[in-house]
Parts: sequence; C-alpha cells; structure tokens
Amino acid sequence: MSKGYFGAFGGAFIPEILHQTFSQLTADYEAARADASFWQEYLELMRNYSGRPTPLTYAENLSKAHGNRKVYIKREDLNQTGAHKANNVMGQGLLVRRMGKTRVIAETGAGQHGVATATMAARLGLECTIYMGAKDVARQRPNVFWMEQMGATVIPVTSGSQTLKDAVNEAMRDWVGSMDETHYVLGTACGAHPFPEMVSWFQSVIGHEAKAQILEQEGRLPDHVYACVGGGSNAMGIFQGFLDHKEVELIGVEAGGLGLDGHNHAARIASGKSTVGIAQGYKTYFLQDGDGQMRHTHSVAAGLDYVGVSPILADLHDSGRVRFEAATDVEVIEALKRMVKSEGIIPALESSHAVAGALKELPNLKEDAVVIINLSGRGDKDIFTIADALGDAKWKAYIQERAAIYAAEKGEEA
Amino acid sequence: MSRPSALAGTIKAKLDKQDILLMSHIVLGYPSLEANREVIKAMVENGVDLMELQIPFSEPIADGPTIARANQASLDGGFKVKEGLQFIREVVAEFKIPFLIMTYTNILMAYGMEKFITEAADLGVKGLIIPDIPLEEATDLIAQSRQAGMDWVQLMTPTSQDERLVKIGAEADGFVYCVARRGVTGGKTAFDDSVGTFIKRCRVATHAPLAVGFGVRSPEDVAYLKGKAEIAVVGSAALDLHVKEGAEAVGQFFKGLRG
Ligand SMILES: Cc1ncc(COP(=O)(O)O)c(C=O)c1O
Repeated sequence: MSKGYFGAFGGAFIPEILHQTFSQLTADYEAARADASFWQEYLELMRNYSGRPTPLTYAENLSKAHGNRKVYIKREDLNQTGAHKANNVMGQGLLVRRMGKTRVIAETGAGQHGVATATMAARLGLECTIYMGAKDVARQRPNVFWMEQMGATVIPVTSGSQTLKDAVNEAMRDWVGSMDETHYVLGTACGAHPFPEMVSWFQSVIGHEAKAQILEQEGRLPDHVYACVGGGSNAMGIFQGFLDHKEVELIGVEAGGLGLDGHNHAARIASGKSTVGIAQGYKTYFLQDGDGQMRHTHSVAAGLDYVGVSPILADLHDSGRVRFEAATDVEVIEALKRMVKSEGIIPALESSHAVAGALKELPNLKEDAVVIINLSGRGDKDIFTIADALGDAKWKAYIQERAAIYAAEKGEEA
Repeated sequence: MSRPSALAGTIKAKLDKQDILLMSHIVLGYPSLEANREVIKAMVENGVDLMELQIPFSEPIADGPTIARANQASLDGGFKVKEGLQFIREVVAEFKIPFLIMTYTNILMAYGMEKFITEAADLGVKGLIIPDIPLEEATDLIAQSRQAGMDWVQLMTPTSQDERLVKIGAEADGFVYCVARRGVTGGKTAFDDSVGTFIKRCRVATHAPLAVGFGVRSPEDVAYLKGKAEIAVVGSAALDLHVKEGAEAVGQFFKGLRG
C-alpha cells in the first residue's frame, strides 16, 4: 500500500504549491514518531498541563438502570479546554516547536479545536489565526470569546455553507500563502497525509489509557466502545486501544440531525448515502450530489457537522471492524439530559451522540456487558444551544435581562 | 520531444505572429452561461489566444476569494456539470481558439475519470488543468489524456524544488502553468526579479512553453513577461472587471494588455 493510504482511502491531493510543505511535515512527523523522547515529552506535557490521564468513570446510576450492564465513561471532558482536542493540539504544538515555525492557523466547527489551538499558541508563544464558519461563530459565541481573550484572531468564513468545511478551505488558502512560518493545526483525523495518521497518533493516548484503566477496574476488556464521529479523531483515539482485540466491538456514532431521510444530517457512513470522493486533500466517503458537489449538512452539534470522515475510519468501516450508527438531534438532547441528571456530568452535544448511541443499545446488550463511552468533551460551551433545545424559560428570561442591560448601556453611550 | 501534443502546434503558430500569448479564465455559470458566452466572444474578438473554462466545485482549495465566490455563486444558481459540458461543446464549435477545462479532481471522479477524459476530448477540448492532483497521483490520467488527444497541463510553483521541477517538466504536455506567487489566485503579484528567477528555473526544467499566471493584471505585468514566458494568464482581474463593468470592458481590457 502506498504511503498515506488506508485501503482505498486517504492520499494527499494537494496543490503543487504545498508539496514541499507536506513533504517536510511528513519528514518531521516521522522523525518525531521515531524519537521515543518526543512521546515522553508529550506525555509529560499532557500530564502537567492537561490533567492526563483522564479518569475512566464508572457511571453507577446509568449502570444500575440497565441491570447488570456496566457503563464506563472516558473523561476527555476533563482535559484542559474541555475536550479531547487538547491531545492533538498540544502534540502538534510540540511538533511546531521542532519545526521552528512561529505561527499557527486552524479551522474550527464547534470552536473546541479553535479554543484548544489558541490555548496551545498562548502557552507556546505562537501567533494564532482561527477560521470559523460564520454560522458557527454565531452559535458558538462563548468559544469565540475565549479564543479572542487568548490573543487569537478569529476570522468568520462567509463562503459556502459557512460551516466547518468552508473554514477548512479558508485555512488551506491561508496556508498556501504562509507556509514558510506557519503550521496548519488540522483539528481532526482527516485531510491530506500525514494528518489522519498524525492526529490519530496523538489521540491514541485516549485508547491506551482507557485499555489500562478498564483492565485495572474490571479485570477485563470492554465488550463495546462508543464514540461520536465528526472527522473521527476522538473515535480513532479511543478505538486504537482496542483495535487489535477483535472481541471488542467498536461503534462510531454520527450526527443523524433531523433524520436520515433527507439531507439534514451528517451521517456519512451510517446513512449509506455518501459516495467516495476526493476533496479537501483526501479520498473518503463524502455527502455529495451526483456532480461531486458537497452537500450542506446539519447537526445540532457544530463539531459533527462535517461532509467527510477520516479515511482511516472509512477503511475500518469497509473492513467491518467499526460499526456505524447515527443519533438524531432529538435523541441527542434526551441523552444529554439523562447524563446530566443521572451522573452529574455535562457532555458536549457532540459527545452526547456517543451517549445516545449507547443508551439506545444498552437494553439489548448481554446481561453482564461492559461498555465504554468516550465522552469527548464537556457541554458548557453549548449552553446557548442546549438551553434553546430544552426551551428553558428561566434561561431565556435571564438572556433578555442581560440584553436589556446592554441595550441601556448602548443608549447611554449614544 | 516527439510526444504529440494537442496544443503545441497552435501555440507555435501563434507565437510566430505575437511575442506573447494571452490565456484567460472564466468560471462556467458565473454569473450565468449566457453571460459566459458574451464575455468569451468579447475575449476572442480582442485577441485572447487560449481560454480556461472552470467547471465550478464546492471546495475549490487552490482558488482565491474572487474565484471561490464565483464557484459558489454558480452552484447556487443551479449549475450542473452536464449543461456545462454541453455549453463547452457549443463554444468550442463557435470560437476558433483552443479551450482547456480547469476543475478539481472530484468533478472528474463523480463523472467517472475515464469517461470525463474521453468526453472532454470528444468535445474538442485541448487540455485539462486539475490543480489538486499531484504528479504522483496523475500517472494514469496523464496517459489516458494523451491517448484521448488532450494535453495534461501541470503546474510549477516557486516552492517546487529543482529536481521536482525537472520531474514535472519531463511529463509536461502543451505548456506548463507557472504559478508566479506563493498563494491562491487573485492577489497581487509584484513582477520583479524573483518572478524572473523562478521563470528561469522553470525554463531549464522543461522543453514545454511556459504560461505564467496568478496576479497578472496590467499591460506592465504582460510587458514584464514578454521574452521570458510564452503565455500570460489573466483570471481574477478579468472576472472582477466583468462583474463591475460588463463584457465589453473585458474586451477592451484584453485589447490593451499586450501594449
Ligand atoms: C467535544 C467534541 N467532540 C467531538 C468532536 C468531533 O470531532 P472528532 O470526530 O474529530 O472527534 C468535536 C469537534 O469539534 C468536539 O468539539
């Protein structure tokens, strides 16, 4: 198999102007990977800065509600900045330092990756620009606020569907003109080689930990592992702990949005409606029309709202190693409410897809099944979207009060 | 070089009469196919020698804001590849200059790679420019293209190292598209010594004629390229002008470009 391919997927379909940049990045990444001290440095940084290892929490109440089935939650929400995104970003940050570049750019959907990148840039003293679909800027304002506080420039992207895929294109355009001093911190296990492999490598820390933890806590491997799939980085992260153990079933949960009938979802694999294509630098399953134009996608979770999927996961699907399911917006909100009420854990809307996928199947699993749900991030950032979805009257009244105060301030200034 | 090329003969013949050729670029369906036809006519009547017809794609990663927005607007307006190909058939028959198709890999893939290449050649298209297929991935497509009687136009860029320029140059058909600047289409390029040095690097890497594009906007830019390159490529500047002042202004612009 040629470099950067996973079965029929992957590759590096990039403009010639970026060829040298990708060659250099691949060489630097491979050198780092071959250098054991680099991984040690990475683990050390994650331990001292991000709070790793993250716990594997036994969800006692959810478990009790499901007979003898045991539910464990891998707590990526407890990372610095509240999501698994930190793993990838800090790893790439150390690589940027090795490469001697001074500026980073990133694209972001939910804003989680943008916040993580801005954090890393602040910590490592790098200049930082974040591209974000204008629609996502509107629905993830708290994250935009923090990125700007950390000194990053946030650029709302008004082209295309104004979501993640368009932010990816803009970031790529920036990079084409700035690659001498700039590294593009891709946020997920997608894009041109070496990104899918490199991002998966940094995220593999989740799976290695989870495996050791479940062996310690349960004395055996889990039967099922659930993870949500946007681009696929958190899923690749946890799956890598169990890929070689065929008896562990791996389930990726995609965004079912308003349902799989129309086009208001981002279930690339679970919907069976995507086709193989080449865009944004790599070959994978895309939600596209017959002409090869990418479709608009929808999810209540901005971070899952993406038209492509990791080429590694596409291959793991084709080989039958990973099963794909979808959870609708409605199911996701229900799952989120359940997790908050029964465990006191606030999952991100993205992560709630994994929870929804597991909750749907739990009643049908064998009696003593052990399940791990990868909780990729925490939901604080989603408070506006969640409060909207829950139709919480007290929250709305609060926002109206604040708005009235701001409006009065503005009136006084004028 | 004895490899047959769809474009070599025409380029050579035109260079006997002109010191530099002009290649223009349009985005199909932007603002409409009707407007495309009008501006193509204005371009051809005012001395444009070759033309790139871009089939719009929803993810045009190698294009700058002007052309990317035009791609999106065309798609929002309902552009379909099938109608685009029909339109190409018509303009190829009507206007007697060589036309090339510029687009992205996924458009070919969705259509069927081989089918697209055969049909494009059958329409009378003389060359393909697909900026997101690197040389390593293009081997079969280059062969199919040649077999169908079409040129596969490759790009050389200032960041390509010399040995890579030679590799690209060895596989060049028709002409090589030299990207004058680090960046996407549409920005300004200072046509100075660094461009000159880059063109020289391209020259030693290939026997094929050189087309220089990205940021060619004025008669001064074209004058700079005379004697250094065979073809000047004008894209975003004409697109901007077309939107602001209409097809006739575009015609006048091209008329004045060669000085
Ligand atoms: C909390 C959280 N989980 C999951 C995702 C989806 O990304 P991936 O599939 O790469 O893990 C995102 C993306 O922004 C996210 O913020």
